Amino acid sequence: MSFPWAEEYKPKHPFMRWLDDRLPLPRMVYNATGKGYPVPRNLNHFWNFGVLAGLALVLQIVTGIVLAMHYNSNADTAFASVEHIMRDVNGGWFLRYLHANGASFFFVVVYVHIFRGLYYGSYKAPREMVWMLGLVIFLLMMATAFMGYVLPWGQMSFWASKVITGLFGAIPVVGEPIQNWLLGGFAPDQATLTRFFSLHYLLPFVIAGVVILHIWALHIHGSGNPTGVDVKSPQDTVPFHPYYTAKDGFGVFLALLLLAVLVFFLPNYLGHPDNYIPANPLSTPAHIVPEWYFWPFYAILRAFTFDFILPAKLWGVLAMFGSILLLFFLPWLDKSPVRSGSYRPKFRMFFWILILDVLVLGWCGGMPAEEPYVMISQLATIYYFAHFLIILPVLSWVEKTLPLPNSISESVLHGEAAEAAPLGAAPAKA
Amino acid sequence: MVRILGILVGLGFCGVAAWSLLWGAIQYMKEPPQATVEARFHEHPRHPHFEFEGPFGRFSHSQQQLQRGMQVYREVCSNCHSLNFVAFRNFADLGYNEAQVRTLANEWTRKVTTTNPQDGSAMERNPLPADRIPPPYPNEAAARNANNNALPPDLSLITKARHGGAAYVYSLLTGYQNPATYRNHDGEALPADARPGAGLHFNPYFPNLNLAMAPPLTANQVTYADGTPATVDQMAQDVAAFLAWTAEPESDARKNAGFATLIFLLFGTILSYMAYQNVWYGGASRRVRETGALDPENMAKGEHAKDEAGVAG
Repeated sequence: MSFPWAEEYKPKHPFMRWLDDRLPLPRMVYNATGKGYPVPRNLNHFWNFGVLAGLALVLQIVTGIVLAMHYNSNADTAFASVEHIMRDVNGGWFLRYLHANGASFFFVVVYVHIFRGLYYGSYKAPREMVWMLGLVIFLLMMATAFMGYVLPWGQMSFWASKVITGLFGAIPVVGEPIQNWLLGGFAPDQATLTRFFSLHYLLPFVIAGVVILHIWALHIHGSGNPTGVDVKSPQDTVPFHPYYTAKDGFGVFLALLLLAVLVFFLPNYLGHPDNYIPANPLSTPAHIVPEWYFWPFYAILRAFTFDFILPAKLWGVLAMFGSILLLFFLPWLDKSPVRSGSYRPKFRMFFWILILDVLVLGWCGGMPAEEPYVMISQLATIYYFAHFLIILPVLSWVEKTLPLPNSISESVLHGEAAEAAPLGAAPAKA
Repeated sequence: MVRILGILVGLGFCGVAAWSLLWGAIQYMKEPPQATVEARFHEHPRHPHFEFEGPFGRFSHSQQQLQRGMQVYREVCSNCHSLNFVAFRNFADLGYNEAQVRTLANEWTRKVTTTNPQDGSAMERNPLPADRIPPPYPNEAAARNANNNALPPDLSLITKARHGGAAYVYSLLTGYQNPATYRNHDGEALPADARPGAGLHFNPYFPNLNLAMAPPLTANQVTYADGTPATVDQMAQDVAAFLAWTAEPESDARKNAGFATLIFLLFGTILSYMAYQNVWYGGASRRVRETGALDPENMAKGEHAKDEAGVAG
């Protein structure tokens, strides 16, 4: 997509003209991330996280491909091959720690990206497909991360694969056959490890494919913006390059700086000590917990403790999958015509409660399944479902929103006093 | 329509969760959960000062200690515990030169089992620097058989595989207590049914309080080459430091590379920030001015003022 005022690609060099005539790849880049892509001029730093997620995916694929050259997906030697990478492969520790912490980095930026979308109503028409493709990416990421965590074949790898595939066992009638089919046996073993390795290598490329669709769908209507008001005139936009390449470049360096602190100085901070114990089917760890990025969902899973018609475990599994699947319906659950949370005071209040709620769920998910954590996670689970399925639909009926600016450029000026003038009329800067 | 359905589904999930909460709460009232013996008597590790810890700590700064720790491992721990991921050549990190590593390997208490290249029979030979540390037992069954059915864990990764790391190892080795006279920090005595059974030993730093390993260290058990008095505390610190190294031999290289990377990225961050400021508010924004767009700086101020006016959250 492009607005009518987008600059057109005009290759100067004869070779580029020749190429553009035959394979307009430079033109595509120009129209996607260059001067040919006008972007709302008021994007804040939260609009940086899509680029950061793309960076994380590239980092994971590059480090992962090299790790796979040294890793051995054999149940007897997988653990030792990871130690071989750590000790004997040149820079192997760097690759592995970057890959392991890179997964956390990926989830951090994707969570910020998702909550950015929730706050600014990025899921609303006409960007529903962008939102849903994003959720598909998120689900694929979760599957990939889970299977990657199994590969070192430590204690948590083994028991996580047992618990997570066991969730499918809660489905009536077909549950157990599905579980055995996923594992390739009655318990996690060689067949499980090999297929998880194969899929762990495959899925990132599926993610990359869906990312292309995600960006394609995004470029049909262009980026949203903090006001949620559509782009109306050239004044509302700036070309992606150099404005957002420069702004995102700063964000990329800052994010890498934080990632480097984790990789080089706290490489095991987010991991679990038990995964440095080789997998032992005969010894169950005291507390089986997934990686931190699954904690909120793990808390929802464990919040259902009462057999109400269906077994409690099935309720937990339904709720856990439901907590993500309901997001696919969000564009139709929240029908408020106002996109941005900035103009929806009540929505904004509930949004911050949701943030707190998800943090509480995450905290409970990392704790053992004991009181009071179970009761707290039950309360938090109630709010989670109420927020998306009850509060947002009702709110979109009854909420009185604040007046929207007429345009992005007007909002830029809104609230300004002396300096509020278009640039041409502005006093010259020193 | 979606909204109506959503509300119904939402009420369903919230109802079942609330029902679970209610039953949980009733249960909680009727039988408030009691803190387990483990919860009451388990102690967090004591943390001695280790030279290698923190961003500025390096194993290369504490080679004397690592050599002493290796000696404790060789003379005490290696009788039961393997060190499967460490090779003799790695001892170069502890400050030994090539000849010393060769001697250490050659004179190691245990031989390497191998195959006689002449006739294919099993044979033993002295370890070479390229060999991994030979394990004390040929397999798990032999290890359990020799240790009252307990399995002494491999120590290569032990400080990464336990909460508390080196501090845990140190605390465990020095933390054995007499279960009959022990009082926890609340002054509570160990209940009779929590006392260690036959062949077990009470240690509050061990997660389930009773472990199969007897107190392994006694004063002057080893004679340090550098003349350091071999107290139990000293030996425990030294071997904990040594095992921290076996778990993370890359640590020094990692931290050095980390500082180089941070300096590089910090430079990049500053540069990219300046580029960003320049593009948005410097010379380049003049071009935008000519096309009649708004000054990005005013835009930023507008954002700020809007925030202050309470328009945007």
